[in-house]
Amino acid sequence: MNVLFRILALIRKELMAIFKDPRSRFVVLGPPILQMIVFGYAGTFDLNHVPYVLVDQSHSSDAARFISRMNGSGIFTCVAAVGNIQRARPILDARQTLLILQIPQHFQRDLSTGRQTQIQVIADGRNSNTAALAIGYLNEILNQFNANVMATHSTGTPPPAKLRIRSWFNPDLLSRWQIVPAMIGLITMLAVMILTAMTVAREREQGTFDQLLVAPFTPLEIMAGKVIPPIVVGLGQSAVIFLIVRYWFQVPYFGTPLAIILTFVIFIIAAAGLGLLVSSISSTMQQALLGTFVLVMPCALLSGLATPVSNMPRVVQDITMINPLRYDVQAAREAFLQGANIHQLLPELIPMAIIAIVSLLTASWLFRRIQ
Amino acid sequence: MDSAAPASELIIHCRELHKSFPNGRGGTTVALAGVSLEVRRGLIVALVGPDGAGKTTLIRLIMGLLPTDSGDIAVLGNNIVQHPFAVESDVSYMPQKFGLYEDLTVQENLDLYADLHGVSALDRQERYPELFAMTNLGRFTRRLAGRLSGGMKQKLGLACALVQSPQLLILDEPTVGVDPVSRRELWAILLNLVKTRSLTLLISTPYLEEAEFCNQAMVMYQGTILTEGSPQNVADYARGRTFRIAAPPDIKPRQLVAKLLSSPLVADAVPEGGNVRLVLKADAPGIAEITAAVNGFVIEPHLADGFMVLLRQAVAKTQTEAVTATVGGVSGRSKVESGGIPAVQASSTSGEGILRPSTVATMHSDNTVVQVHDLVRKFGEFVAVNHVNFEIRKGEIFGLLGPNGAGKSTTFRMLCGLLPLTSGTLRVAGYDLRHARASARQAVGYVAQKFSLYSQLSVQENLAFFASAYGLRGGRRKQRMQWAIAEFDLANLLSKITGGIPDGYKRRLAMACALLHEPAILFLDEPTSGVDPLARREFWQRITAMADQGVTVVVTTHFMEEAEYCDRMVIMMNGRVLAGGTPTQIRKLSANPEKHDGTIEDAFIQVVLEEQKAALKASAVA
Amino acid sequence: MSHKTKLSKLRRITAMSRKEARQMMRDPSSIALGIILPLLLILLFGYGLSLDAHHVPVAVVMEDHSPVAQSVFGAFAGSRYFQPQAVNSMVQANKLLTAGTVDGIVRLRHDFSRNLRAGHANIQFTTNSIDANRARLIENYASGVVSAWLAQRELTHGQHYYQPVTIQQYIWFNRSLDSRYFLIPGLLVLIMTLIGALMTALVVAREWERGTFESLFATPVQPGEIVISKIIPYFCLGMLGLAVAVTAARMLFHVPMRGSWPVLILVSALYLLVALGMGLLISTRTKNQFIASQAALLLTFLPAMMLSGFIFDIRSMPPAIQAITFVLPARYFVALLQTLFLAGDIWSVILPNAAVLVLMAIIFLGLTWRLTIKRLV
Repeated sequence: MNVLFRILALIRKELMAIFKDPRSRFVVLGPPILQMIVFGYAGTFDLNHVPYVLVDQSHSSDAARFISRMNGSGIFTCVAAVGNIQRARPILDARQTLLILQIPQHFQRDLSTGRQTQIQVIADGRNSNTAALAIGYLNEILNQFNANVMATHSTGTPPPAKLRIRSWFNPDLLSRWQIVPAMIGLITMLAVMILTAMTVAREREQGTFDQLLVAPFTPLEIMAGKVIPPIVVGLGQSAVIFLIVRYWFQVPYFGTPLAIILTFVIFIIAAAGLGLLVSSISSTMQQALLGTFVLVMPCALLSGLATPVSNMPRVVQDITMINPLRYDVQAAREAFLQGANIHQLLPELIPMAIIAIVSLLTASWLFRRIQ
Repeated sequence: MDSAAPASELIIHCRELHKSFPNGRGGTTVALAGVSLEVRRGLIVALVGPDGAGKTTLIRLIMGLLPTDSGDIAVLGNNIVQHPFAVESDVSYMPQKFGLYEDLTVQENLDLYADLHGVSALDRQERYPELFAMTNLGRFTRRLAGRLSGGMKQKLGLACALVQSPQLLILDEPTVGVDPVSRRELWAILLNLVKTRSLTLLISTPYLEEAEFCNQAMVMYQGTILTEGSPQNVADYARGRTFRIAAPPDIKPRQLVAKLLSSPLVADAVPEGGNVRLVLKADAPGIAEITAAVNGFVIEPHLADGFMVLLRQAVAKTQTEAVTATVGGVSGRSKVESGGIPAVQASSTSGEGILRPSTVATMHSDNTVVQVHDLVRKFGEFVAVNHVNFEIRKGEIFGLLGPNGAGKSTTFRMLCGLLPLTSGTLRVAGYDLRHARASARQAVGYVAQKFSLYSQLSVQENLAFFASAYGLRGGRRKQRMQWAIAEFDLANLLSKITGGIPDGYKRRLAMACALLHEPAILFLDEPTSGVDPLARREFWQRITAMADQGVTVVVTTHFMEEAEYCDRMVIMMNGRVLAGGTPTQIRKLSANPEKHDGTIEDAFIQVVLEEQKAALKASAVA
Repeated sequence: MSHKTKLSKLRRITAMSRKEARQMMRDPSSIALGIILPLLLILLFGYGLSLDAHHVPVAVVMEDHSPVAQSVFGAFAGSRYFQPQAVNSMVQANKLLTAGTVDGIVRLRHDFSRNLRAGHANIQFTTNSIDANRARLIENYASGVVSAWLAQRELTHGQHYYQPVTIQQYIWFNRSLDSRYFLIPGLLVLIMTLIGALMTALVVAREWERGTFESLFATPVQPGEIVISKIIPYFCLGMLGLAVAVTAARMLFHVPMRGSWPVLILVSALYLLVALGMGLLISTRTKNQFIASQAALLLTFLPAMMLSGFIFDIRSMPPAIQAITFVLPARYFVALLQTLFLAGDIWSVILPNAAVLVLMAIIFLGLTWRLTIKRLV
């Protein structure tokens, strides 16, 4: 009973310290929301403004139909029309266009005579991901165009088999749907770890930490008092960011409510544990901040947030097993898009829980040793 | 300006300097309110005054490091207000904390400043050996400055300042945080420098006794110069009104001091050599009779006595001027000044004294509260505490004395259970606090050096948190919080954010928080460092009252004269206890024990010197 | 300026830079930030991070067991992009897909070969697109596999399948579409930002915090000399970081280098100056290491990572966010690096981007210069 009373006193004090100061109140809410919105918009692989240079040597109605299809797609924008590839090249070199599209002279004649014709596309490969995606979009438009041609002209044998693609869980393949839910984890992880690491370091700098150790608190009580408030704050942040993701970015949520709540709770406990680890080995707030940063960086890169874990070499994939963010990213995507329930999330929740327990235990051990 | 002889050429001449700083709450804090100052060639001039008096600001203005609000400064005939950096090759300056790069070695620091001052290689060949000889740093050229002791840092700082040959040397609090032996050595160096090179020296110090070395002292308080003149002139303010009186046999000197300070007639009272040094005010009703009564005990005043007289006058004046003063500074009459020791009496009559007998029940027999036996603490190779032994009895004021780096803080932290021991045994109230159940710590109160308060929380919230931390609930919690608010005069501040209240009140609040749970033992780490003399006296008055209630007080301090307040003490240096005992016993160790006013500091220096001699002999034999 | 004052100026700058370099080498946090983190980033980006999928596990549901259906399976198995496994039922395949064991399902219905003969067969391909970018790539790969299978069938059956328009694609500068080729040059931006801005953000603030500026200001050293001597050692460290990263890119990861070295070194030096300017400006303004490190992270590093076009294409961002990227120096450096490494010395890219960097360097360093005054205010 007394234990509970003392821990509650610590938690109360900690929360007051965070929320009384208008500056720290802002730090807790401002940057995460700002980051979510700015990076939420920035973090997309979807192309919506692909500039292209048109080299139309056909000047025919068929070519015009194709071009209007391109421009009507909402993805491609014609930035210039030139007479030949040579003239287009400097535009691409200067990065003012991503594609050069050449429609050959015989385009219409070939189509009307049932001969196969070819459009030449040159893409700027300096960002190969963008280039590949742009060509993918172009292929889609072309397939529709082809189907249309076949329906009206009906000449020749069409290919006997077609690939029919269905994209489950994200039918329009919006990369924002994949990135934004995963960013909830990254943003709260950063905030929770900094908060946890800072509160201990701040007490060390102010000298109040000694005061706590001298008071009748057990180390475990102090730890609980230090870890619980950031967890509470982190959960609040997650909730706010979740609402932004759901209603600002309009990402659908299909999972059970409990699934995402449990994911966040376990993940945030793990993050707080890591924050405590950092704080137990740093003596100033600056060290705590840089330590957090040095730890979060690789966690973010190896989480599958921007580049998929499954693209990594085996060894690196094995390393990601100790990265809580990896599980959170996966679980968040599954919960949002795949509609996962707790049972389906167990493969993510269990390792995260283990990481949480291990980091808290290690931190508490370090805590006792180092003070 | 009078037409002075060439020998007394004006080196620094300041007129009507004003300087204020924004205080972060929209207002301004006045740091200097019309300071005028003249320093002539070849003199040593001391700026003395408590923290916050404006010494550092004045020095920074003279150095051209801060713009003035108004007023004129001339250094070596150059107008500093218009040309702040005109004299940098003729003036050397050592700021507080010595301005060293701690991650560079001694040699690298020296080279850096030599390069910056454009000292030629030839000059260096001549200057370096001289500087090393003067500072004894020759053996440590390759050591990182951060690894030097306080005294050595101070000397390195001085060497860096003297790497050019300046006409004027300005030192800002060079002796703060440095042990007495090093302080005396520094003064020996400085006195010699002034004699051999025609150097002018402006030095600021919070240690009043150091001003006695100077030709001229400027006593500063709250941005003004209270008086200036030779140390003798300043002391003269207390001439004929300074007495040494003996305490009655059944009363300790510090108890008498506490009583005396409560009287409106007393300008100052401090324990000294088993007696009490008393300074009476000049103009108070009934002063004549009292003066007559103790007239037989009149003694030669020191600069410090004169300073206290001036200070009391200044405080009285600011109080009458600012009747509606806000909380802060020295406003509002402290309760202890209103006669008697009402605060303590009030709390003892409230039914519950500071000490509750039940919490002492677990103590050892024969009243030993703290036992330290063969205590050792190492940090890697470095032995911070080296086989230390002592005991503390119930109700004692026990002092851990020594310079920074002596090992007293390490010992102190081990006592409080903040640091594990390397070997030895240690018992506090029957426990080793590091391994004891949390509840054992209920018997202990702890005030760290840096207030250790939650600066974002309000005063009330800090009190409430510490009450909860010590498990106070219900009626008792309410009662104790009310007690703390009344005792430490915090009622007007309750809703203020702790970070924004004046330091004096922070210190009080920290004490209040540590006393909420009525500990049997109170640990105080450097409670008086950076505290002005008035507040220090108030602090010791409070501590005396607590000891009278049966609370054991363990206190560390680097002010040697504060040892006089202790019942017993140990003096530490380099991790070892050099001497231990009552103030009387310690004083006997001084070089001249017959001398009536031989101080603890004299004794300390004597002990250290003997120690060094013995070490030298031992190494010679080996 | 007389010869003598010039000489002593030089001597002061040398002494101060030497001091700065020593402090840098003796500070563990500068080693962590300046050496360990960049190396970690190089290794991670070089070996770990890739947007390109290989050996994607797909379940193939063979409801049709005809040889022609088998040949479809063979086409997937033969592709380096896929690692097909035959699965008995769609139910089981769905399970695998939901659990994330496979990333796609190829379904050949029992009437596949019959429909194929009739000329309207479907190969059904389902992806788990919770990772949409990867799903899109996989779908493109699958199209490729099916096209190749059809082409093969044309050859063996002597038939000609009519597709009115096909695309003949050329990817300039990165024919094999290896994402590493653009990620690693981009990495230089992160490393230079780390060393240039984050580390220097701490150095001026440190002098304020430790009170060493006060004794420095009392010497004849000039404000400009202080700024220059803070720049020199970190500039050297940054260029060293560049050398290490470029060597790794060339030797370990075989990133092509089509531009000329002098231009690369020149624009990198330029960006480094901008980053140093930002770091010093932050440090000079805040005078506090803690706030400085926070500001440097939020204002320099995170934007360099997210908004520079290093990973995410700027053109896809909404106009408001794009507007922000224009004030980010990292954006211009990314454009320069990707061009220099993969395309060559294209002056229409180099000149305007470098010009912006010059302008920014002047602004940041100039402001730092102006704000460094020998006064304790």
